[in-house]
Amino acid sequence: MTDRPVSPDSVALAAQASSWRSAYVHVPFCARRCPYCDFAVVAAGEPGAEETGRYVDALIGEIGLESGPFPIEAVNFGGGTPTRLDPHDLERILIALRDRFGLASDAEVSIEANPEDWSPRYAAALREAGFNRVSFGVQSFDPEVLAYLGRRHSPDQAERAVTVARSAGFDTINIDLIYGAPVETDPSWASTVDRALTLGPEHLSAYALTVEGGTELSRSVRDGAPAPDGDVQADRWESLAAAASSIGLVRYEISNWATPGHACRYNLSTWAMGEFVAFGTGAHDHRDGTRARNVRRLDAYVERVERGERPRSGSEHLDGFERKRERFMVGLRLAAGVEAGSVGTAFLESAEGRRLLDARVIESIDGRVRVGRPLLTDLVARSVLSVSEEDC
Amino acid sequence: MTAPSRIRNFSIIAHIDHGKSTLADRLLERTGAISERDMRAQMLDEMDLERERGITIKANAVRLDYIAASGESYQFNLIDTPGHVDFSYEVSRSLEACEGAVLVVDASQGVEAQTLANAYLAIEGGLEIIPVVNKIDLPAADPDRAAAEVAGVLGGTADEVIRVSAKTGEGIEDLLEAIVERLPAPEGVEDAPLRALVFDSFYDTYRGVVSHIRVVDGSITKREPVRFMATDLDVDVDELGIRRPATEEIDRLTTGEVGYLITGVKEIDLIRVGDTVTDVTAPTDEALPGYREPKPMVFSGLFPTDGDDFERLREALEKLRLNDSSLVYQPETSRALGFGFRVGFLGLLHMEIVRERLEREYDLDLVATAPSVAYRANLASGEQIPVRSPQDLPDAAALASIEEPFVKVMIITPSEFIGTVMDLVQQRRGVMGEMTYLSPERAELHYRMPLAEIVFDFFDQLKSKTRGYASLDYEPDDYQISDLVRVNILLNGVPVDAFSTIVHREKAYMYGKAMVSRLRELIPRQLFDVPVQAAIGTRIISRETIKARRKDVTAKCYGGDITRKRKLLERQKEGKRRMKMVGQVEVPQEAFVAALKLDM
Ligand SMILES: Nc1nc2c(ncn2[C@@H]2O[C@H](COP(=O)(O)OP(=O)(O)OP(=O)(O)O)[C@@H](O)[C@H]2O)c(=O)[nH]1
Ligand SMILES: C[S@@+](CC[C@H](N)C(=O)[O-])C[C@H]1O[C@@H](n2cnc3c(N)ncnc32)[C@H](O)[C@@H]1O
Ligand code: SF4
Ligand SMILES: [Mg+2]
Repeated sequence: MTDRPVSPDSVALAAQASSWRSAYVHVPFCARRCPYCDFAVVAAGEPGAEETGRYVDALIGEIGLESGPFPIEAVNFGGGTPTRLDPHDLERILIALRDRFGLASDAEVSIEANPEDWSPRYAAALREAGFNRVSFGVQSFDPEVLAYLGRRHSPDQAERAVTVARSAGFDTINIDLIYGAPVETDPSWASTVDRALTLGPEHLSAYALTVEGGTELSRSVRDGAPAPDGDVQADRWESLAAAASSIGLVRYEISNWATPGHACRYNLSTWAMGEFVAFGTGAHDHRDGTRARNVRRLDAYVERVERGERPRSGSEHLDGFERKRERFMVGLRLAAGVEAGSVGTAFLESAEGRRLLDARVIESIDGRVRVGRPLLTDLVARSVLSVSEEDC
Repeated sequence: MTAPSRIRNFSIIAHIDHGKSTLADRLLERTGAISERDMRAQMLDEMDLERERGITIKANAVRLDYIAASGESYQFNLIDTPGHVDFSYEVSRSLEACEGAVLVVDASQGVEAQTLANAYLAIEGGLEIIPVVNKIDLPAADPDRAAAEVAGVLGGTADEVIRVSAKTGEGIEDLLEAIVERLPAPEGVEDAPLRALVFDSFYDTYRGVVSHIRVVDGSITKREPVRFMATDLDVDVDELGIRRPATEEIDRLTTGEVGYLITGVKEIDLIRVGDTVTDVTAPTDEALPGYREPKPMVFSGLFPTDGDDFERLREALEKLRLNDSSLVYQPETSRALGFGFRVGFLGLLHMEIVRERLEREYDLDLVATAPSVAYRANLASGEQIPVRSPQDLPDAAALASIEEPFVKVMIITPSEFIGTVMDLVQQRRGVMGEMTYLSPERAELHYRMPLAEIVFDFFDQLKSKTRGYASLDYEPDDYQISDLVRVNILLNGVPVDAFSTIVHREKAYMYGKAMVSRLRELIPRQLFDVPVQAAIGTRIISRETIKARRKDVTAKCYGGDITRKRKLLERQKEGKRRMKMVGQVEVPQEAFVAALKLDM
């Protein structure tokens, strides 16, 4: 962690983040699949769900296939549910990463955890293994919303998990929330926000419930169940933003808040075009200007790694102008904004850009461009995609 | 050459769909003009649009040779005409070239409005009429009733009415004989100076203007010089011919005959429909009466979706006008839609057809503004100006009154729907004239109504309220002062000229409200709240707000899969509809089209 607390939305931090390197490890196992989830997940009972040891071996095997050194500032274990793995397995993976790439002494080492898997013993073991940040998939403190989301934990369990993590000595505790489920009401959201903030997390992620194709949720919506409403979600986001800032949480990305010194490095560097290696099913990395992704299927992934092959399913190399445009577009997600550069300058001068400036959707300050109305970031991004090389 | 005594020139006229073109098919077939193998239904409907819609749009002349029961051979010149009211000027023109008319009545429908209107045209023109009841093969046919009705209209007896089925061919021989026996031969003077009537004219890319003519006196010969009297144009005859319906070149057309004429002239304006062709060496000094130009009834702005297509639209209109002299247009500028044309049409069907032809034959993508009739504004200064577009209307301060065109309307309806029709007409500001009974079951109602009230969806309403039984015909009457106002539609405070309209004060609120709520649905949410208002002058009569767009982002954790995200955004961008900027507001192209479909 940095010595002096830096504001999560500072320009300096964003600039620094672009040079950070990080690592992502995907752990696909879950007790069951939540109805809204489209991540690469293997639910209990599905083929391969029991063979976690073999998967961990494959992960370590894949790490061995990636060239080092690649000194890492942040590691993130995500899922799925990484906390379904034995702390010992998690530690083996961490060691493999450190050996292969090198890990900064103050690196952020983070793991996603489901509250129901959490115990003092487990927390202590993770600390022991080297984890210093934990992110809880709390989603809501309203039992009705939790039921709607198909979650297995209770509001109390979530609170206890945070307390336990706190005593175990994690530097940064994050709470993930999901807002805008059709069963959620204004008061229910207000109380979720209140209970989450009362726990005093150093970090908060709040995501708008998204109906992803191919999920159980999308099927029921197609069959007539109510869908989340964009305006309601905007209301929820605004009320959260107000409450969070009143207790000193600073928003540094559309969906992420942190207290000074606790912005998630992995997250920041993603939006600042930092490079990262990634391992596991469906994982995608960004290295040497190339973005590549792994196969999503567990069996295919394991078999290919066991054969000594990279388990890739595709890759893309962006050069020159396209890379600049992507950097600009992606950087718009950050509260610090992004350096205008040639793409941003051309964009600001385009008819679209001027319209967005006029409507205060974007702002241009000190050579940087920021989205003033973060919930319209995709709209801005689409306009940026209209900027062509000739415009620059 | 054929002696005039052996020539019969006639038009087939009827209400729409009563079977004129199909009857023409049978006549072509029976006279051997076309073999059964080459026959196709409604042979003379040659345009794609005619075939698709199953209606005749343009009159079409064809020559037949008929050997009568007496053994003598005759030359028939037949003109198939359209039945739709928009194209009644085609009927008038065709009748001018004929001595006779075959008036067709559908046996299952009886006399309808255009049956009457067209019968009157033929009577006024002094033509001999052969009444024919068609479709006697239909199970629902009531030939006796139809025959009685048509006999009543013509003041004859039912046994003079020929009964046919253009489908089965039954009765066709009787009709062919009646044409020989009952229709007069042309009466021109064979050795008089040439007088030929141009009754139709169209443009052919390769050959220039092709004119259909009827020789009234004298004769016309290939390669000889002729004069078009109205334009005082002297040219040589390049080609003469007839259609059977395949074209056949001939050297001479003599008194009473019908055929086509090509001179190599490319400018359609030099060869006007209704003009008289005469000899240059021995000219006549008495031109034929000619025609009155058809007056456009409705006007609409046509704008290319893509502003760059303006020139192409101009060219397309020019070309279209070569074949459709009823088309009038002048450039128009709209703040919302850019550069385009205000185009005059004979009616809504005509408008639809022109638009479709422009889009299809000239590959244009067009937005059409709400159709409007031609108003007249009486200014405070005493001056009167034409108002063909709501934009032409001066501000209230400068305005003394507005006049609108009225029409004489004739409706034929089964007696049981008289009350329904009266209600409908009353809602449309109609004033009842006389009512007569064609038969105990069917009445003929006369009204005076504002044109604006009938051109829009009156016909559909009439049809649906009378279960399809009533029919309608109208003709221009005079202008009259009415309490009319312009309703402006404002988007974000800016008037959008394309949506403004002139309506009767009592309907202003309804129009405003309907337009405002439709636009609110059609226009996607913008970056800011957009008020949509309807106003008369400065007074707002309706208002709704398109709420600002608030969320357009994936506010979900999607980690590093940026490639996928970018591709998704790119797809969304491609899928984004074509937009027109109106002030600060992005309006999708379809919104204009859909909003203007508003049926009031
Ligand atoms: N059963 C039957 N149907 C007929 C007969 N004559 C015409 N039809 C049908 O009636 C419809 C209209 O026929 P058209 O010949 O196109 O009528 P039209 O009078 O030329 O129509 P417009 O040119 O549009 O005014 C077509 O579907 C014909 O097939 C007939 O004698 N018997
Ligand atoms: C990688 S996911 C899963 C982490 C963990 N397994 C869990 O469910 O708590 C991280 C977060 O993304 C959010 N998320 C997942 N699917 C979502 C969806 N369809 N809409 C909105 N947020 C979603 C949830 O808040 C979740 O905690
Ligand atoms: S939301 Fe989390 S717990 Fe639920 S299925 Fe997805 S990864 Fe697993
Ligand atoms: Mg026809």
